[in-house]
Order: sequence, then C-alpha cells, then structure tokens
Amino acid sequence: MFDVVVVGAGPAGSMAAKTAAEKGLNVLLVEKRQEVGTPVRCAEGISKDSLSRFVEIDRKWIAAEVVGAKIYSPDMTEVVLAEEMAGNEVGFVLERKIFDRHLARLAAKAGAEVFVKTAALSFERTERGLKVKLRRLGEDWEVETKILIGADGVESRIGREAGIIKTLKMSEIESCAQYLMSGLDIDEKYTYFYLGNELAPGGYAWIFPKGDKSANVGIGILPSLAKMPAKHYLDRFIEKVGIRGRIVEFVAGAVPVYGEISTAVADNIMLCGDAAYHSDPITGGGIANALAAGYHAGTVAAEAIESNDCSASFLRRYDERWKSDFGARLRRNKKLQEFFLKLDDETLNSLARSISGKKIEEMSVQAIIVELLKTNPSLLELLKDFLS
Amino acid sequence: MPKKAVVDRRKCAYCGACVAVCNLNANELIETYLEIKDNCNGCGICVKTCPVGALSLLEV
Repeated sequence: MFDVVVVGAGPAGSMAAKTAAEKGLNVLLVEKRQEVGTPVRCAEGISKDSLSRFVEIDRKWIAAEVVGAKIYSPDMTEVVLAEEMAGNEVGFVLERKIFDRHLARLAAKAGAEVFVKTAALSFERTERGLKVKLRRLGEDWEVETKILIGADGVESRIGREAGIIKTLKMSEIESCAQYLMSGLDIDEKYTYFYLGNELAPGGYAWIFPKGDKSANVGIGILPSLAKMPAKHYLDRFIEKVGIRGRIVEFVAGAVPVYGEISTAVADNIMLCGDAAYHSDPITGGGIANALAAGYHAGTVAAEAIESNDCSASFLRRYDERWKSDFGARLRRNKKLQEFFLKLDDETLNSLARSISGKKIEEMSVQAIIVELLKTNPSLLELLKDFLS
Repeated sequence: MPKKAVVDRRKCAYCGACVAVCNLNANELIETYLEIKDNCNGCGICVKTCPVGALSLLEV
C-alpha cells in the first residue's frame, strides 16, 4: 500500500512526488509516456524567481536567459517590458526535455518509485483509500493508495472521474502549435509577443529564444474564435512577420485558460498543474504554478498521512495553500484576459502607441492602466470589471 | 446522418487538446496514439480545437 500515487511526471507531478517522498512518505510516481519530458508541449518560459523558489538552478536545463519582453500590437507598434514587469514568463527559457527529467530524478532520489510507460486507467474507493488500476508496460496492474495526486495534464482523467473539474469549453482552452526554429536573426535577450485578432484570435504568437540563434516560435488561439487550426495561424504569422529560419521540431498542445477552480480536491484526491487548470489565463504560462501546486500538494499529503485523515475536508488545506499562493493572480488574469478579448485591433494599436517608448520598468500595473486611460478614456467602461 | 470524429494519424501531433474538450471522454491519448471511442456523438468540438487539423467528422 502506497501513501501517495502521483499520476503524471511533469513539473507538478514530480514536485509533488519529491516533496511527499522527502517527508518520508511511500510514493509512487507514474508517467504514461515511455520518456519523461517528451514530447514538449510548452513554450518553456519561466521567471527566475518562481523557478529558484523550488529548484536549484542548473545550467544544464537553461536554454537561454532573457532581460525583458517586447510586445507588438497588430500594426507592429513595439512596447518593451523590463524583466520585473513582464510577469511570470520572463527570465529563463528552459530545455524542458532535460528539466522534466531532472525533476523526476529528484523525486526518485528523494525515495519515490518512478514507473514510466505506466498509465492510470481508473480508480475505485476501498475501505483504506483508493485502488488505482494501472497499465504498466502493457500489463494490467493494481495498487492501493491512501492519496492520489492527479498531475495528469490538460487531458486529466482523474479530475473528471473524481468530479472535481468540468470539461473545458472551447473558450477556456488555448489551442497551440509551435516550431523550434534555428538560424534566426533575433536579439536573444528578449522574448517576443505578438497580439491581434486576425493574427492570433483570442491568443498571441510568441518567439522565445533558446540560444545559438534558435527559438520556440509558436501561437495559441481560442478555438471558439478561430476559423482555422492553430498551425495555420502559425504559418501565416511566420510569413507575415518574415521570420526566416529552419524548422527543426514541431509540437502542438493545449493550455487551460479557465481561471481559478473552486476546489482541486475530493476525498483522497488532489489535482495540481494543468490538471487543475492552474496555468495563467493571460500568458498561458504553467510551469511556475505547477511547481508551487506540486509542492503544496506534497506537503499537505504528508500532513494528511500524519493526521490519518485523507478526507476532502482535510485536503482543503491544499486548496487554501495554492489559492493563497497564486489563486488571486489566476482570478485577476482571467479578468484581464476577458478584457483583452473585447479589444479590436485598432484599440490594441492605439493602446500600444500610447505607451510605446515609455520606460515600463518604472511603472506599476496601476500606472500603466492610468497611462492607458489618459489616452483612451473609452476604456474605462471595459476596465471597470478588471479594477473592481 | 449521425457523425463521428476520425483522426488522421499522419497529421496528429498527439497533444491531447481533443481529450481536454470532449464532454463524453470519447477521446483517449495512449502514449502517442489517439483513440476515439464509439460513444463519440460527432459534436465536432474536438475538430475545432485540434491545433493541427488532424480531426474531421465522418458520416457513419
């Protein structure tokens, strides 16, 4: 009998397994794919702070370091944000293939069992906890556990089977496509974001440098607003902006842009990372919150085992912790996303023009909004929601 | 005519986007293999969500 079974060896799952194992729990971490870390479904950006909070930085999995972000409105007006202002996703661009494996290895080192090519099929309740049905290397296999942590990504089965989360609507998910391109002529000190309803309906396009003239060039769109698949918009973006380079890798993915769920727990079950829709609704960044959620879930798991109480009401401690960590930001950024969705391309251009050339590093979010309102008083009505 | 989603495996990038939006849990991503089960009701949400255009609806 395990204390904890963690499903999914992404950043959330490995961090949960590592934390729980460090606290002396008997932990099993399962990953359905045969290799941890591939295929990558991520633009790989994260702020330095949110990373060093939980992991000792190792250059092996840092692909590039950036000092700021450049944002482009539909008419290519440029707004430059310095690192402190650009939020969660500026600082490092990771090599997730190596980073994810590193985290899984840390979990193993802490004492967790790690099984790859092992899928969680279903679970049922028993007197002592849960019986989890797995398929390991093609063979059926059952384990008993007191706690199940679902870190099984945007396609989480556990969350839905447990009745914790609702299936995402087409307006709550970013459909993403990304190339790794090489031979690019870009300033590798910045990440680049491109906005526009025509260019990337309900989302944005990005260029995240990965060193040695290579970069992740990708796009996210809202299926509820888009007319074509993400890949189509990506190819059009590359052509429009005139990005020249060789495509050496292609990945697709989906990011929840839901905001804050009311609870991520049920009896004996906790969800973390994309499985709990923890990704940021405005940037789509997910690694920082996934690491934090994994840490909190692992910690609460240890407390629950110690107290011999794995009920939902005990596990609500986990809700309290992840919510006080980043819940408010999810709520705020969901409102901000809804605000941006109301802006047409002309308004985006005029907004960008009104702050273009200003030194944004010296401005707070409040100051930016005031600056925007000065030149665009009609925004007040739209912004009310966000400011309230 | 009732419809059902079908996957073009040569296009599929096995990302799981379609799994995330299926209300019936009809899509399952097994390793790098997408399976669409018989309970698919052809609603088309996954077709619109697929980032690479690998899904389409087929009359059955």
